[in-house]
Amino acid sequence: MAFVSSGYNPGKPMEDRITDIGPRHFEEFYPPVIKKNKGKWLYHEILEPGVLVHVAESGDEVYTVRVGGCRLMSVSHIREICEIADKHCDGHLRFTTRNNIEFMVDSKDKLKPLVDDLMSRKQSGGCYKFPVGGTGAGITNIVHTQGWIHCHTPATDASGTVKATMDVLFDDFRNMRLPAQLRVSMACCLNMCGAVHCSDIAILGYHRKPPILDHEYLDKMCEIPLAIAACPTAAIKPTKIKLEDGKEVKSVAVKEERCMFCGNCYTMCPSMPLADDVGDGIVLMAGGKVSNRISAPKFSKVVVAFIPNEMPRWPKMTNAITQIVEAYAKGANKYERLGDWAERIGWERFFEVCELEFTHHLIDDFRDPAYYTWRQTTQFKF
Amino acid sequence: MAKHETPLLDQLETGPWPSFVTDIKREAESRATNEKGVDYQIPQDACEDLLGVLELSFKHGRTHWKHGGIVGVFGYGGGVIGRYCDQPEMFPGVAHFHTMRVSQPAGKFYTTKYLESICDLWERRGSGITNMHGSTGDIIFLGTTTPQLEEVFYELTHNLNQDLGGSGSNLRTPSDCIGAARCEYACYDTQAICHDLTVEYQDELHRPAFPYKFKFKFDGCPNCCVASIARSDLSFIGLWRDEIRIDEEAVKAYVGGELKPNAGAHAGRDWGAFDIQKEVIGLCPTQCMRYEGDKLEINNKECTHCMHCINVMPRALRIGNDRGCAILAGAKAPILDGAQMGTLIVPFIKAEPPYTDIKEKVIEPIWDWWMEEGKNRERLGELMKRQGMQKLLEMTGLDPDPRMIQEPRTNPYIFWKEDEVEGGFKRDINEFRKYHKR
Repeated sequence: MAFVSSGYNPGKPMEDRITDIGPRHFEEFYPPVIKKNKGKWLYHEILEPGVLVHVAESGDEVYTVRVGGCRLMSVSHIREICEIADKHCDGHLRFTTRNNIEFMVDSKDKLKPLVDDLMSRKQSGGCYKFPVGGTGAGITNIVHTQGWIHCHTPATDASGTVKATMDVLFDDFRNMRLPAQLRVSMACCLNMCGAVHCSDIAILGYHRKPPILDHEYLDKMCEIPLAIAACPTAAIKPTKIKLEDGKEVKSVAVKEERCMFCGNCYTMCPSMPLADDVGDGIVLMAGGKVSNRISAPKFSKVVVAFIPNEMPRWPKMTNAITQIVEAYAKGANKYERLGDWAERIGWERFFEVCELEFTHHLIDDFRDPAYYTWRQTTQFKF
Repeated sequence: MAKHETPLLDQLETGPWPSFVTDIKREAESRATNEKGVDYQIPQDACEDLLGVLELSFKHGRTHWKHGGIVGVFGYGGGVIGRYCDQPEMFPGVAHFHTMRVSQPAGKFYTTKYLESICDLWERRGSGITNMHGSTGDIIFLGTTTPQLEEVFYELTHNLNQDLGGSGSNLRTPSDCIGAARCEYACYDTQAICHDLTVEYQDELHRPAFPYKFKFKFDGCPNCCVASIARSDLSFIGLWRDEIRIDEEAVKAYVGGELKPNAGAHAGRDWGAFDIQKEVIGLCPTQCMRYEGDKLEINNKECTHCMHCINVMPRALRIGNDRGCAILAGAKAPILDGAQMGTLIVPFIKAEPPYTDIKEKVIEPIWDWWMEEGKNRERLGELMKRQGMQKLLEMTGLDPDPRMIQEPRTNPYIFWKEDEVEGGFKRDINEFRKYHKR
């Protein structure tokens, strides 16, 4: 492994330096049919799950085949995607916000060979490499975060929970039997770099134990005032601790009953880790959406307060998700999103039909907005 | 023979959904055999050690990545996230395993030529593992060593005409929906404005000067496919303000069953014959439509452009011609004080190059206010909560508009300003006492 220079000269970092050029211009990457018809599309249709046609004013058509996949992908996998795009799509492709890959062709006769090629490719264990689906009134790919593969704050894994969930929801990725689209999202801690808080079903990693305090190193590793200021509930205060060797050090004390386990202190101070094999696990939230269609966008609500981490397939979590999806599929009206359905039937009925236990943890007690979530009417159901 | 036993991860190699475990193993195998003769610049067994450390996390139920670490490329304060393994002796191949964020092209269209050049670079100078894409939108390079950071950056900028994205208390890499490129609902060119603002604000994107992160996202219509309303400090959502265009013949074709409702999105179940009264007219949130005598009428003045009727009958109904976008401010995930949805601050603005009004009347005054008043790690939405909507209007000069609120206030505790009250606040007690004895 000999070091090969790119041309960068560490002695003169500013020499020939190029900065602030931004991303490549999007027009470089448009397929010709997109470039020609941009802004002049007339309508679209979903021909079968995962396959769309868009028709332009010019009469041109573009057929899109959407495939799911892991957002965590190797360069070997990307090269295989490129090989497919070279073979069928003149070297063009795109990715969606929800980590799907879209292959586009400009005529219908190119469609079947592309779909057949994609569905024929399997991994060594039998998993599809490029499952076609994720359109219309079904379940599309899960947006998610890093988890244990790369992050320092997760309370669960991301890729593992997503694989386990998509395996059980796979039929609904390949089908469009649901009342409306159902978006599942996953964030492995409360930081929610995946912003799952407005999803039909959100899988959220959560800690349940206050930080462990590494007193011996805390003052060396952290700015104590920053750690104190980071706490949203003012549960952290400065203190002095006598170590076993008699040495007195500056540190912090945590008022444990005030801790909301958000991990914000750990973000500021590495000597306050929260991770715990028993304490950490999954919160399930449901009923959020971002679309303005019919009703306003809304936040997801906590419907299962805690499910332990059960590696490698999180069966209690996937069972609860399946219960919610099936109850929704059975009970909701056409076009009705999960949250709109839950509000129509009432949350008391939601817990009943989803067969989920309602516990005190699900009643909001976090600051002023909590009050507005309590029921202040006699309009409820038995 | 695998370097580490991974019995737990191996159980994720079955089932229909693509397996990330099989994929990482494939990359590990490719690096071990090195048929192409790549001159690997980070440990060749990085992927095997990555599987090993992940297996250990599956066993322990805890992450094995250390907290942060300040690394980066010269002159930038973002785009690189330091990452170190907490078991470096067991997994030396990933002992230093930093992330690089690469600014994605608007719309996420690619040529294979470009992607292959990215793969060549990352295979040689990194782990060969990526995210396509990260949550904010960047191409994520997952795992390299400190000496490679400048080398990757040099090759990106010199050979691929490509820059890094944002991280830390910066403008984060803006992202957009597919928009006008392939969607008939797009009310403005999301890619054009996304690229323009990304390039305009490269300094804000690369050099941390903000209280915390700041995100722009661009949705071409109120369907909000990139979720801008839920997760961006400034959310641009396409709107029209004139009439929905109606093709009455196509409406009849939907009613007659020749066209499938919602572009065929419900084909997986027999929902019975399409019923325009129940499925469109009855679900319209403002009840501004009627269908009588084979004719669809829309009272456009009452329409709140929710997209439902257009989504159900895309061949019959089209967005209007007077198009632009609304701007909503302050959305964020729950950290710290609970999740916030974007609040409407501009009901309608034209989104056409060079976007001067958007930049000078909205973005920059908001940044000035937030940079002046925002506390460390305070998002724009939290500042709005703390100082109030009035302050935002005052600082931006935006006019108050009933569209900005759900309902007027239910308390009369108005903080009247002195110049709003005739005669001001200064009064003479002796003059008052002439008429009111002590």
